Amino acid sequence: MQYFVQQLINGLTLGSIYGLIAIGYTMVYGIIGMINFAHGDIFMVGAFAALVVFLILGALFYSVPVVLALLIMMIVAMLLTSLYNWTIEKVAYRPLRGSFRLAPLITAIGMSIALSNFIQVTQGPRNKPIPPMVSQVYNINGISVSLKQIIIVIVTALLLALFWYLVNRTSLGRAQRACEQDRKMAALLGVDVDRTISITFIMGAALAAVAGTLFLMYYGVIAFSDGFVPGVKAFTAAVLGGIGSLPGAVLGGLLIGFIESMWSAYFSIDYKDVAAFSILAIVLIFLPSGILGRPEVEKV
Amino acid sequence: MAVTVSSERDTVASPVQRAFREALYAGAISLGLFVLFIGLKTDQNISNQLILVTRWWLLITVVVLTMLGRFFYIAYGQPFMANQKIANVATGLLPASVASRFFLLPAFIGAIVLAVVLFVFGGALPGLVGDGLAGYLQFLRALAVIYALACVIFYFRAYIHDNFTKLGVTALVLYPILVVGVLSLMSWSFVGGLQGSLKWIDNFGIQILIYVMLAWGLNIVVGLAGLLDLGYVAFYAVGAYAYALLGSHYGLSFWILLPAAGAMAAFWGVMLGFPVLRLRGDYLAIVTLAFGEIIRLVLINWREVTNGSAGISGIPKVTFFGLMTFNSTDPNYIGKVLHIAQSSAYYKIFLYYLILALALLTAFVTIRLRRMPVGRAWEALREDEIACRSLGINTTTTKLTAFATGAMFGGFAGAFFSARQGFVSPESFVFLESAIILAIVVLGGMGSLVGIAVAAMVMIGGTEALRELDFLKQVFGKDFTPELYRMLLFGMAMVIVMLWKPRGFVGSREPTAFLKERRAVSSSFTKEGHG
Repeated sequence: MQYFVQQLINGLTLGSIYGLIAIGYTMVYGIIGMINFAHGDIFMVGAFAALVVFLILGALFYSVPVVLALLIMMIVAMLLTSLYNWTIEKVAYRPLRGSFRLAPLITAIGMSIALSNFIQVTQGPRNKPIPPMVSQVYNINGISVSLKQIIIVIVTALLLALFWYLVNRTSLGRAQRACEQDRKMAALLGVDVDRTISITFIMGAALAAVAGTLFLMYYGVIAFSDGFVPGVKAFTAAVLGGIGSLPGAVLGGLLIGFIESMWSAYFSIDYKDVAAFSILAIVLIFLPSGILGRPEVEKV
Repeated sequence: MAVTVSSERDTVASPVQRAFREALYAGAISLGLFVLFIGLKTDQNISNQLILVTRWWLLITVVVLTMLGRFFYIAYGQPFMANQKIANVATGLLPASVASRFFLLPAFIGAIVLAVVLFVFGGALPGLVGDGLAGYLQFLRALAVIYALACVIFYFRAYIHDNFTKLGVTALVLYPILVVGVLSLMSWSFVGGLQGSLKWIDNFGIQILIYVMLAWGLNIVVGLAGLLDLGYVAFYAVGAYAYALLGSHYGLSFWILLPAAGAMAAFWGVMLGFPVLRLRGDYLAIVTLAFGEIIRLVLINWREVTNGSAGISGIPKVTFFGLMTFNSTDPNYIGKVLHIAQSSAYYKIFLYYLILALALLTAFVTIRLRRMPVGRAWEALREDEIACRSLGINTTTTKLTAFATGAMFGGFAGAFFSARQGFVSPESFVFLESAIILAIVVLGGMGSLVGIAVAAMVMIGGTEALRELDFLKQVFGKDFTPELYRMLLFGMAMVIVMLWKPRGFVGSREPTAFLKERRAVSSSFTKEGHG
């Protein structure tokens, strides 16, 4: 039982990170119906920005309180990553918005390749390890919970609450939901569609940057190619939860996290990704639009 | 894209004023984007800790270049293009008017003379002018050759357009002979020509043709049936490992295993397709992506059979239909049978013709299938699935056949790939490969075989050509490796080509079924399928 709870906590930590990335996928998909393949690399760029800020802080000051350091890393990463996603949307996706469905998908794949290789060229291909930022571990009834995990879960919960408020209670969120349902109608009613879409990309990138910072803090290492696997898994999470649905993305992220940690704990660690992907396929066979997704209505 | 601030201000501001403003914006944005990543570099010091290295000058250069680029684009580029458009409309000479000013006869003759002179003195150049200048001259020579070729294509464009397929196939068949011939003449020896041809035939010829074949195979699934498949590389992997395992463990011949690899890949296509083809659009895309990853992860982790990430080496070579081999130690080695000098180029040339034949087979089958009921059903499915169903087409079987046929060609290509490399590992079957193949299909204009072949040539040939840019080392110093920038440029090229031609190189579609007269349909009237 202790072992099970231990894995549950690990899964929750992992799932929080996936959930944060998945929101970016699902929001973009919801509003312009496109798979933003570059989102995984946006997450990686966020982690790298946090890494550079971490090193700057280390070089400038003798010691910085961990909470303050994390906060600065997160804010800078959020700003910078948002700028990246905003630029990418403007340059690569907006001109193709009226075009056929596969065109923005290809530019997104191109952007993903370009981003990861840009980081490889400018920052070097090697793994970038940092010294552990937080190392306390608490022991409760034989279950060890590290402070890192607590920080991740708390930050995620706070951000999700803020995000929920933004989407459901502000005029910005209302504009977003309107664009999601019917872009043309929203434009007719005075919603600035371009601006709303830009803000959607910025919000997705900010959440991905937080995920990147937390990832860097949790694993203590990042490399230019680290965007792909979390990106694909987060996308899997978004589809699993029903793409376009925000609670679905979080639920999917947590599920993927649980599946992964349980599978590696009870079966084999080698096949944890295979398990996650297989469960996606099985779920989609029985629930073709994900767990919380709205079924697609076919109109003739 | 012109990022206009507001339309009222644009009418007042002159292009130069506007360009100033835009350049400032662009500079600010690029400063924000690059300050942490170009201005600073994370490096390991001796005790393996990360330290920061500053590169402010590089950052300043990049930002200033961005600003200048943006300024000249807004101030001069945009008005020029707008004028050009008006001029073209007024004179009725569409883009040809610019091109005819670019491809002039004197320039053409000059380019040919330059190329010939540089080729004749090619070997003596480093001695005459030093290494640095010789590098530039070699680059100039390549440019001259490209320009001359482009001129020829431009002058005969009508003829080429009418006979594109025949000319293309002839050129592909003659390519190795031409390469060996030209290189033999340049080095005055046949053996030297054979050795020199290795690079051209293997890195350019075979490499491009493999992607052409893969893209034509994927085209059946994406271009004809309109099913978005992001895991096509899985079938490629199945074919490659089928040949690698059966060939090295049981010693079976390539010619038996080629159909077997195709059949196995097709079988996996059906296995994957059967449960998931009810899904639509992006759900299908993510499941195929997941399937591709599952195959790769199984190849990595099933170490007893696949040898894990170390891969399988020592895969037997293809034989010349069992009559001759390409191993110089064998009694029936091709050189001994035909009494010619020993060279590894024979094998490459043979492989070139093999992959050419396989690719042409793919094209032939595709063209034929499009005229059969099943091919028409695929295209109908792409255009409107509901109409298909109401007309009594069994959509599940139709989709399955598309999946299986596409997978089969992927399997063929995979078997060829492992025979060519002599080594396979899961590294070759990452998602990036699927993405590249899909990009080629879309960039070529989905469904158009010619367009796809051109796209493969441009994208794969272009990235291969980047390996050849050694002269850049003289410009940026010895540490500069152009290869590092290969994939960065590839990704950006994907974006730029897509923005420039969102429908691909060949955007129009020629229907297979028509009334009285065959007319090409502009791509804006065709659909791309949605599941």
